[in-house]
Amino acid sequence: FHSCLLFLSFPFSLPRIRKLVLVHQRFSLEDRLFISLVPCSILQYHSHSFTFPLFAPFLLLPTTTIFHWQIVIDLQLLPRSFRLALYFAYFICRSIPVSALFPMASLQQSPAIKGAKVLMVGAGGIGCELLKTLALSGFEDIHIIDMDTIEVSNLNRQFLFRQKHVGQSKAKVARDAVLRFRPHISITSHHANVKDSSFNVDFFKQFNVVLNGLDNLDARRHVNRLCLAAEVPLVESGTTGFLGQVSVHVKGRTDCYECNPKPSPKTYPVCTITSTPSKFVHCIVWAKELLFAKLFGDKNQDNDLNVRSNDSTGSSEQTEDVFERKADESVEHYGRRIYDHVFGYNIEQALSNEETWKNRNKPRPIYSSDVISAELMQQNGSSNKAGSADDPLSVSAMASLGLKNPQDLWSLTDNSRVFFEALKLFFGKREKEIGSLGFDKDDQLAVEFVTAAANIRAASFGIPLHSLFEAKGIAGNIVHAVATTNAIVAGLIVIEAIKVLQKDFDSYRMSYCLEHVTQKMLIMPVQPFEPNKSCCVCSETPLTLEINTNHSKLRDFVEKIVKAKLSMTSPLIMHGSSLLYEVGDDLDEAMIANYSANLEKVLSSLPSPVTSGTMLTVEDLLQEFTCNINIKHREEFDEENEPDGMVLLGWTQVPTKPKDDDDKPHTGNGVSTSKTSETEPAVAQADAGVVKINVEAIDASGKKRKGPDSKDISLDPPSNVADEATAANHKKVQQIDEDEEDLVVLDQWDIDTNKKQKLR
Amino acid sequence: KPSFGLYGTRKTFLFSSDSSKPILPCSSTLSEVGAGLQREFGFPVVWFGRCVIQVQFTDSGISRVLGFSSLLLNCLLIVNLVTRVRLEMEGEQLTEQETALYDRQIRVWGADAQRRLSKSHIFVYGMKGTVAEFCKNIVLAGVGSVTLMDDRAVTNEALASNFLIPPEEKVYSGKTLAELCCDSLKEFNPMVHVSVEKAELVTLGQQFFEKFDVVVISSCPPATKILINEKCRKLSKRVAFYTVECRDSCGEIFVDLQNYKYMKKGKADGPASECELRYSSFQEATSAPWGRLQRRTSKLYFAMRVIESFEEANGRNPGVFSVEDVPAVLQLKRKLCEAQSVSESFVPDTLLERLVIGSIEFPPVCAIIGGILGQVHLFALIPLKFYTIN
Repeated sequence: FHSCLLFLSFPFSLPRIRKLVLVHQRFSLEDRLFISLVPCSILQYHSHSFTFPLFAPFLLLPTTTIFHWQIVIDLQLLPRSFRLALYFAYFICRSIPVSALFPMASLQQSPAIKGAKVLMVGAGGIGCELLKTLALSGFEDIHIIDMDTIEVSNLNRQFLFRQKHVGQSKAKVARDAVLRFRPHISITSHHANVKDSSFNVDFFKQFNVVLNGLDNLDARRHVNRLCLAAEVPLVESGTTGFLGQVSVHVKGRTDCYECNPKPSPKTYPVCTITSTPSKFVHCIVWAKELLFAKLFGDKNQDNDLNVRSNDSTGSSEQTEDVFERKADESVEHYGRRIYDHVFGYNIEQALSNEETWKNRNKPRPIYSSDVISAELMQQNGSSNKAGSADDPLSVSAMASLGLKNPQDLWSLTDNSRVFFEALKLFFGKREKEIGSLGFDKDDQLAVEFVTAAANIRAASFGIPLHSLFEAKGIAGNIVHAVATTNAIVAGLIVIEAIKVLQKDFDSYRMSYCLEHVTQKMLIMPVQPFEPNKSCCVCSETPLTLEINTNHSKLRDFVEKIVKAKLSMTSPLIMHGSSLLYEVGDDLDEAMIANYSANLEKVLSSLPSPVTSGTMLTVEDLLQEFTCNINIKHREEFDEENEPDGMVLLGWTQVPTKPKDDDDKPHTGNGVSTSKTSETEPAVAQADAGVVKINVEAIDASGKKRKGPDSKDISLDPPSNVADEATAANHKKVQQIDEDEEDLVVLDQWDIDTNKKQKLR
Repeated sequence: KPSFGLYGTRKTFLFSSDSSKPILPCSSTLSEVGAGLQREFGFPVVWFGRCVIQVQFTDSGISRVLGFSSLLLNCLLIVNLVTRVRLEMEGEQLTEQETALYDRQIRVWGADAQRRLSKSHIFVYGMKGTVAEFCKNIVLAGVGSVTLMDDRAVTNEALASNFLIPPEEKVYSGKTLAELCCDSLKEFNPMVHVSVEKAELVTLGQQFFEKFDVVVISSCPPATKILINEKCRKLSKRVAFYTVECRDSCGEIFVDLQNYKYMKKGKADGPASECELRYSSFQEATSAPWGRLQRRTSKLYFAMRVIESFEEANGRNPGVFSVEDVPAVLQLKRKLCEAQSVSESFVPDTLLERLVIGSIEFPPVCAIIGGILGQVHLFALIPLKFYTIN
């Protein structure tokens, strides 16, 4: 029934109807056969009326001012009629979202959905839900890209996967699972990185819309650029815990993903980590990036493990040797030596610097003999229980010590035992890997070692200890994830995707999933942002780089700016017409040699010198993204706040404020126990792509605000970018005021338009 | 709650206590296991067919079920018995497998909430698309058990919005919606016990609902909802009652937690104080005089009441509508508005038309409503945290 006739019913005032009639009369007689306007009061919804949509009766009954009119479209006839009808509806009621005219459920048969070709990037938490909802909603041509394989911890929410699939490609298993309940649709899976060169602009151009369910900033930026270059609309999404967000990015109509600042992964000042930790996360960073890296990682890398004190500069040569295991030294002795050095000697060294501790609590040096007796040391662990050497990731100090529950809080003695046991196991069972190990959250022994070391350090500095479970979350930047939020977000993505396919620009919404009902809303729709005129990605505004051109090498520029900040994968750097650097497969050897020689040169001594006032062009051929950078020479950089030794201006990224905003409670995140939310790294937030809504900023008393208010939805951490355009953009954020309605209105045009009028 | 999360097809298992003296020899047959269990704990063990379970013994008794292999159906009987033994012996710890599987969500709501969740038992009636989404969410989250009831056969509408039903006719023919959904749900999380109950909903006695912590009713007439709600309210134990309906792009969730205590965050870091919410019954909630409700009450509320009374007056099954019903529905609306002495524009005609014409579910909205209902269930279980469900 629905497939052959569409009923579009809406009330019109008399002037509107007259206009309607006029437009209808402009259609040729032939076209009028397919589209007829019928006042409902005459038809009384009688089924017989649909048998004669051949005739277009225009009976203006002057009884009331408002009529219900139906546009009846016979879809079995020419596809042309459909286009005409949409044009017709659009012309008449430009302010009315086209989707509002359809009962949503009948859209499953709509050609806009059936004929759409959709690309999903990511088949994880959101991806699984999204693929299912897309298939149910009537999409018939879906491509999925995901490079990941399935892990046990995915199974609690990625419901398309089973235990037996662990280790297999997510994209492929998800495809097979959905095909089981929708066998006739076409799903193409790509088990690959979305950054691969095969997914170029031409690949993206074949899709009508791209849907993102990614877990990291880098890939999101990459997809955003490709979508901009291919002019394909992008629906972006992210979740953490009960918070979620969906946004639409259409070139020229809305902002792009990079128009507004995103919180960047948190970094901590070096001295906080090395000598004055005040939070557990500082201890974790110390244990993971300094101690673990020093003992088991690449020995040649720079490492700030030793406290910088005034008198130790000359003796640095000697202290290096402390971490080297001597040829005939037993692991026990080596362990004790390391322990006493990092938790005892180093702390004493630090204490000698009185100045540091004036306004701080003094740390307590801990020596192994104080916490663990020699006999306890002897009976420490029965290594036969520690797990087999065949599977290095299963070796566990906890198991060999008989500690079972990862959620238990260990005492200082327990932590010390785990420290020694883990060290022993590393040397006993995994000696081959030492020197090349990197921290991995799935490496049980590494997690145990880092937890123990961080806890001992925390004890020394009077910071509360944490369980292995909590420490693992912090060290591994584990993003909280729940099935329900993903399901809700996936539903919202599909709704936005349908609007995009119908070119229903006016009803695009950015939606936030809230954790608590705020203003009687759980899902808050917001009008999309305008494009940011100074966005370097979608408007090609040049950036400015402050850098010491006499000291910084081209390599620093490539690593710290082009790769880390601009997220380019295959960059090409030009100064005027001369090429300075390039990455690619088709380079000949002479060029490669030339480029690698350039990398080691400081900017001012490059073949075409880069000095103050130079404009560099950086281009990524895969992303089809070009960026101009004005170079400005600056002599000095603050080591703590500007550790890169260069500052990129105009880049819309929130500068990480050291320390202060740590102390504020994470308002959006009260779900987790208070302990974990305190220590939760902001990295997790950034990875999940959730721009948090500052719930407290929304007037909780339920008082109605007049007009739009830029405080309603503020980006957290509070944007303090001195970027006027960004600020202006924020003011445009308007919460759709739910003056009359508290249901989440997604497609009721009459209510929506009322609101718009009110806002005007 | 045991962690029988291993799906392999292992044939032999070692039964050993911590003192490394095996209670039962390697590769015991099931009857030996049964006899062993019975000998140790005095529990009779019943099973059908071929089944192997892996159990770890400690001095105090069975420490945990490590795994099993067999047809799922055959196993559950035995595992259930073992479950009880374990709960009494060991109490409140999550097993390693649970911690591994639920890692990401434990980080959201904590291990304590996860334990509460795994002890909650849920009854679900009416397997529509939204309810299927809800079931998927709670099964993934790891509730204790889910009991489904819906004796209807598969229809095109069910196939369109319920992803738990396999589309092959030879698979679904002869099975009820509940059975089909049960088969699919079991696969999502083998730690959750999903079963089907066959009975007439209205004839179920009060004591039937006592087994559950939550009762979810969908796609049945309001009179039935009121009846079940009253039965739940009469029980001494608190049984939460939810209804959910979804039409086109609109949905309605009703929540009755009876008396619900929660902690309210004190102002400006003050101490949290305990508050109590008294929920209205479904009858009270749906028969409130319209004129006296808050001005901000959603129009959808009134529209849904109109639709319900229309269905009741015409003896329709929920959601069975056609375009021809629109004039009658609008007329009924006028009558109801008059009876409630509110103006006719109180309930927008467009909204009613939408609900009548688009009476089938819209999958993205099912996902959203099902997700929200899943969260309601979670929040109701975590009364110590700062949530209110109103």
